[in-house]
Amino acid sequence: MIEVRFNKKNLIVLAGVILIYFLVYGLQAVGVISAFQEINLMMLGINIILAVSLNLIVGFTGQLALGHAGFMAVGAYVAAILTTNLNQPFPVALLAGAFSAAVAGIIIGLPTLRLRGDYLAIATLGFGEIIRGAANNINYIGGAAGMIGIPQLTNWTWLYVMMVLTILVITNFINSTHGRACVAIRENEIAAETMGINTTYYKVLAFAMGAFFAGIAGALYAHYFYLIQPNTFTFFRSFDILVMVVFGGLGSITGSIIAAAGITFVNAALQDLAVLRMVIYAVLLIIIMVFRPQGLMGNKEFTLDRWLKKRGAVSGPTGN
Amino acid sequence: MALLVTRDLTISFGGLAAVANVNLSLETGELVGLIGPNGAGKTTIFNLLTGVYRPSRGEIFFDEQSLVGLKPYQITRKGIARTFQNIRLFNDLSVLDNVRIAYHLHASYGVTSAILRLPSFHHGEAEILAESEKLLQIFKLAPYRNEKARNLPYGEQRRLEIARALAAKPKLLLLDEPAAGMNPQETRELMELINWVRQEFGLTILLIEHDMSLVMGICERIYVLDYGRVIAEGPPEAIRNNERVIEAYLGREVNDNAPQGGES
Ligand SMILES: Nc1ncnc2c1ncn2[C@@H]1O[C@H](COP(=O)(O)OP(=O)(O)OP(=O)(O)O)[C@@H](O)[C@H]1O
Ligand SMILES: [Mg+2]
Repeated sequence: MIEVRFNKKNLIVLAGVILIYFLVYGLQAVGVISAFQEINLMMLGINIILAVSLNLIVGFTGQLALGHAGFMAVGAYVAAILTTNLNQPFPVALLAGAFSAAVAGIIIGLPTLRLRGDYLAIATLGFGEIIRGAANNINYIGGAAGMIGIPQLTNWTWLYVMMVLTILVITNFINSTHGRACVAIRENEIAAETMGINTTYYKVLAFAMGAFFAGIAGALYAHYFYLIQPNTFTFFRSFDILVMVVFGGLGSITGSIIAAAGITFVNAALQDLAVLRMVIYAVLLIIIMVFRPQGLMGNKEFTLDRWLKKRGAVSGPTGN
Repeated sequence: MALLVTRDLTISFGGLAAVANVNLSLETGELVGLIGPNGAGKTTIFNLLTGVYRPSRGEIFFDEQSLVGLKPYQITRKGIARTFQNIRLFNDLSVLDNVRIAYHLHASYGVTSAILRLPSFHHGEAEILAESEKLLQIFKLAPYRNEKARNLPYGEQRRLEIARALAAKPKLLLLDEPAAGMNPQETRELMELINWVRQEFGLTILLIEHDMSLVMGICERIYVLDYGRVIAEGPPEAIRNNERVIEAYLGREVNDNAPQGGES
């Protein structure tokens, strides 16, 4: 039986989460959200899933991985094959995509996690490119032309539920002895090992979990845009996600969410500017890194407590 | 058989034996000193015992089980914890989290319980929190609870390292110069604390220390290491009067340490 601990804070958050769902649902129902806005809304949710899941690997466990788009690709293709070619229901496809990506995470995690820093970055980058190269050469999934005619099954409800689930699972994991084991590896691997932490196990676990949710993001993506190509999952997408994580703050989930939202918004706003978009993007990157090298949130979380305290509305101890 | 036994423990770096044919034997409950001049191989012995290095030759038995070839985390699970000569805390984490992480070994809930927030998670966490708070209290670190480890004064960082090691609930505790950089007052307090902790937790302790007076005052038995070899072993009085020790160790540092060696 799941024991749910209701306190005021959790209830406020829960109310907020439900409110946002119905707000957007309502707006969509009355037709206020344009097609363009809807695309960006979907990208927003997908980017949040990607950024939060990558933060588990890079921010919390401290493993610089540059192949997140590769895991996304695995999830996208596997799920698309299941719905499009094999007529499986969407939930089955979603789960299969996620698990396949997790298995890919374990397969690349085991040998590469002996590597550190730059070497791990290069190895994971290579992994992303191998996935793309493979997709390019498999006719069953359309080769370079990709898969078309994937049913459009991703809607606001699926997106939102998956996004909330990702955040919830990763937050719960982080705030447990197992998440602390991952953070200990980031902080000092030798000390972590000496404290009895099986560092290989936790690195692979972080990789598998991160990949799992990247796989979900991929599956959602494939079933919204009903077209996926190997080139959808280039190194640049991995890099984009990494930028969100770094912007938001390594080791801050709320930071990743805010940064993913901000970058999705900037991308949308600059859509028509083509080349200039990349320039503005780069300048923004430089400005943030100069003035806030630790990212927006550092490794802190944006919490209701903190927010209320700043506004002077809370007095006395917070109870934990 | 004794709690910890090494036989012919040897490791060479580039042909040079840093530790050579070392035979140690620690009975349960003992507080044993490991001394020797700089570069004698003391820290290297700790690295061998904890699996950071693999011996070129020799055996290590703990609780009658061989440790050679095990990884550091597996050795910790068997009941050996340590501190580091050059402090290795989780610098950007709070003092509380530093200790909580070390309870990892004894956490009673799995990943699934954590994600689903099952009752076992809440109970396990409450237990970890209570035990961690208790350790912080013992080591007078409670006021720093939410402070980042890196912001602690030096002496407190050393104490935190010991508290963290104890959180792993070891049978054998290896302390590598725990009083380094402390003033005499702090050092004395720390030694009293170590002795008290040993009784309280029923620990066996192997202590590396430079300060002779300190080692002589607290240890029941001492191993003296020089150039990787054990040159003497015995109770403090015997060590103090041992010719080879005076020559190899005290002789070189007689001005630093001999005058303080009187008390015992
Ligand atoms: N990884 C290594 N590679 C090469 N040489 C090493 C290594 N580790 C230790 N040594 C050498 O082994 C010898 C013993 O070093 P160790 O650190 O054990 O000395 P120590 O007795 O702890 O000295 P101190 O009192 O200065 O801490 C030194 O000569 C050192 O240079
Ligand atoms: Mg040393």
